[in-house]
Amino acid sequence: MTIGVLALQGDFAAHCEALKRLGVAARQVRSSTDLDGIDGLIIPGGESTTMLKLLQDEGMFESLQAFGSAKPIFGTCAGAILLAKNVTSPEQPSLKLVDIDVERNAYGRQIDSRVVMLDGKVEAVFIRAPIIRRVGDRARILLRYNGDPVLVQDGLHLVSTFHPELTANLSIHQMFVDKVAQLTSRKNSPPAGPAKDHDESPSVGSRKEPSSPKS
Amino acid sequence: MLYLDEQFRVKVGLAEMLKGGVIMDVTNAEQAVIAEKAGAAAVMALERVPADIRKEGGVARMAPVSKIREIMSAVSIPVMAKARIGHFMEARVLEALKVDYIDESEVLTPADEEHHIDKRAFKTPFVCGARNLGEALRRIAEGAAMIRTKGEAGSGNIVEAVRHMRTIMKEIKQLTVLGKEELASEAKRLQAPLELVQYVAEHGKLPVPNFSAGGIATPADAALVMQLGAEAVFVGSGIFKSSDPEARARAIVKATTYYNDPEKLLEASEELGMGMPGIDVSKLSETELLQTRGW
Repeated sequence: MTIGVLALQGDFAAHCEALKRLGVAARQVRSSTDLDGIDGLIIPGGESTTMLKLLQDEGMFESLQAFGSAKPIFGTCAGAILLAKNVTSPEQPSLKLVDIDVERNAYGRQIDSRVVMLDGKVEAVFIRAPIIRRVGDRARILLRYNGDPVLVQDGLHLVSTFHPELTANLSIHQMFVDKVAQLTSRKNSPPAGPAKDHDESPSVGSRKEPSSPKS
Repeated sequence: MLYLDEQFRVKVGLAEMLKGGVIMDVTNAEQAVIAEKAGAAAVMALERVPADIRKEGGVARMAPVSKIREIMSAVSIPVMAKARIGHFMEARVLEALKVDYIDESEVLTPADEEHHIDKRAFKTPFVCGARNLGEALRRIAEGAAMIRTKGEAGSGNIVEAVRHMRTIMKEIKQLTVLGKEELASEAKRLQAPLELVQYVAEHGKLPVPNFSAGGIATPADAALVMQLGAEAVFVGSGIFKSSDPEARARAIVKATTYYNDPEKLLEASEELGMGMPGIDVSKLSETELLQTRGW
């Protein structure tokens, strides 16, 4: 199993490091061909306008949409903005793979950035973060902060408006890796018995280190 | 420790988000919009670009508040602004204005020739210039959450940026092979806190992101400093003093992302028009150098 990390701009190195600590092979993705053979993709934090511009200029916008129709993507902050259905403040194009609407820089400027504890167990770093203003019926809200959704699963995809890659807690990365592993093994082996609903409840725990290396 | 506390992590967090990006100097809203459309990760608001400060002389101060405000409302990306070295009240004005990052910059005329700003006293993060590891660690000790190598601003000449990046990277590597008992005398030599010297020796990097500035004028210049270890680049006069700022801004963004891909770098280098006029830094007198401001 290999998970790609979109490496056009932003804190992609921190995501690669998180995957490495979970024992998962990571690949930096800078072109459409880099998507070949990977089982899932992380879109990191950074400036969504910069990433969007490079995605469009390098012809990767459509290839990411095609990738996301079949394989899981995890977007943090700017990644969540790029995956959303609608973006405001200001309006900008997006991949429309996750049924949420987001408002950019909704907490304010950098001086309003913060670190908070969610549910008493997940440390969340918000940096000029967006707020998710609407969540589609099929999507599930896994964590909230101040009443607003901050971690949302929609089918294959996962989005957070905070930065799990900037903390020691790997539980959210683990959740995404488990999802990718589940789909990869299902594809590679014939189904035995009734297929499990892939929307089963993932748990947002406080696991800090992997119990066993994944391959 | 300083670099592990919550507020400091939030400050460094924004620097993390700027990695792999280009921060462009702009003097008005129109330029800021061009920069954002070209893919800039942030803009730096200032009254005059370094090349003009060099040419026109006089005292270079923080940009007028109305200009900074105009730039902040024109773009959705982070807006930084420069304060004079040691001028903590210019910095307080910038914080009240809610700029996203403050650059305590040698490009402006220093307000204090002995003391830098106590940056820990601010909630707004600071970036500071450095020419070597000791200078970088002194700034971090004062609370800087991002370092940029100084280079020689407004020169259009990459030689100083290369010198400073190579110096810092080499000094970092040297620390990693020393024994623990050797670090105290290194801290003394570097004139930097032992705690920070120990961090660098253990991790092989600064505790904050390390960007490059001062002389980047072409896509290949940006790729060069990225190859040498820069995590992002600042471009000052290089964009808006060239013949086609829009094309050059786009090209430098592309070169910063694809610094390891010569084919893409070639694409980025096509049809750029003329670069900014450059200066032979070795012909400048000591008093004309900006990099020697600060300590």
